[in-house]
Amino acid sequence: MSIGLTLLGLLETGPRHGYDLKRAYDEHFGQDRPLHYGQVYSTLSRLLRDGLVEVDGVEAGEGPERKRYAITASGVTDVRDWLVTPERPEPYLHSTLYTKVVLALMSGRSAQEVLDVQRGAHLETMRALTRRKLTGDLADQLICDHALFHLEADLRWLELTAARLDQLSEEVRR
Amino acid sequence: MTEPLLAAVDLHKTFGPTPALDGAGLRIWPGEVVAVMGPSGSGKSTLLHCLAGIIRPDSGTVSYQGTPLSTLSDVDRSELRRTEFGFVFQFGQLVPELTALENVALPLRLGGVRRREAESRAMEWLARLEVADVADKRPGETSGGQGQRVAVARALVTSPKVVFADEPTGALDSLNGERVMRLLVAAAKDTNAAVVLVTHEVRVAAYSDREVVVRDGKSTQVELVR
Repeated sequence: MSIGLTLLGLLETGPRHGYDLKRAYDEHFGQDRPLHYGQVYSTLSRLLRDGLVEVDGVEAGEGPERKRYAITASGVTDVRDWLVTPERPEPYLHSTLYTKVVLALMSGRSAQEVLDVQRGAHLETMRALTRRKLTGDLADQLICDHALFHLEADLRWLELTAARLDQLSEEVRR
Repeated sequence: MTEPLLAAVDLHKTFGPTPALDGAGLRIWPGEVVAVMGPSGSGKSTLLHCLAGIIRPDSGTVSYQGTPLSTLSDVDRSELRRTEFGFVFQFGQLVPELTALENVALPLRLGGVRRREAESRAMEWLARLEVADVADKRPGETSGGQGQRVAVARALVTSPKVVFADEPTGALDSLNGERVMRLLVAAAKDTNAAVVLVTHEVRVAAYSDREVVVRDGKSTQVELVR
């Protein structure tokens, strides 16, 4: 995910200091991977250089100066363009697992076992996500649901493949 | 715990020419939620019906707390189902003429509990399942999700040791299905009831502690290390 565009999107709700921006990012999107301060400031200086944000004010404090950043008009355009550009669907698991299943069948191993093991692993992850969802806030629930639906799609493919193993087995041995 | 709550060994069951169970086995321990998964027609509902003593297998044994169900009379098996087991089906199967409160109180009334006591306990369960507001409504007057939560309350009101749930969210949308699962599993955990959950939906199965896969009438299970 683009950190720069995400920070821009957060700035669209109002100007913020780098520290506030990091906190907002971590709260909404950084459950698994909070941002480092270094990442925040290097990203902000790049956005500043590209004219997507501007310094909205500087506060002198006991420590270093605190700059407040605001999004520019071209920053807003970039966020809008990003939001309406579809993400590339990535059939990553399908290809790896497909290869494994076909190789198992070609070498006379149990493809059913490959599928069963993968189902078990998927379900374990889905249980962990479900537990996290039950104790988490709304943002947690949304993130977990997204992951759960993806894993579910993988598993549905697994079930369908399991149902077609006999046919697949005949084809790869031909 | 040295003995499973429910144990099925080498079950065979044939309907006409079709074998539904072909050597399926399963053990359920107290308080665990077990998802029974498998494709349509794999025998998972038949397995549940055998476990619950609703149908008799052609061969093989089902034991509840060490006692084979086949040694019980029909009356004793009915008694066992009424006192030790709770049931939730895909379509609530509530009695349409009774209100939600009366539906939930029904298993207690059948067990000889006085009306006031039965309805008071039923009301507690309706509140726990977040449907106290439909207590006076009949099944036709509630939404699908509400009706299913009333059905869960009815299954749990007798404090069963095992709840059998056959596709309990099958007729609900995602949001209502999740609410039913969240409340069902929480209530079962609170009362240490085991849940045997037949489902083909993996997101529903993810509420379980472990899964059993039924395929061609045979079952494969992974038991948790205990």
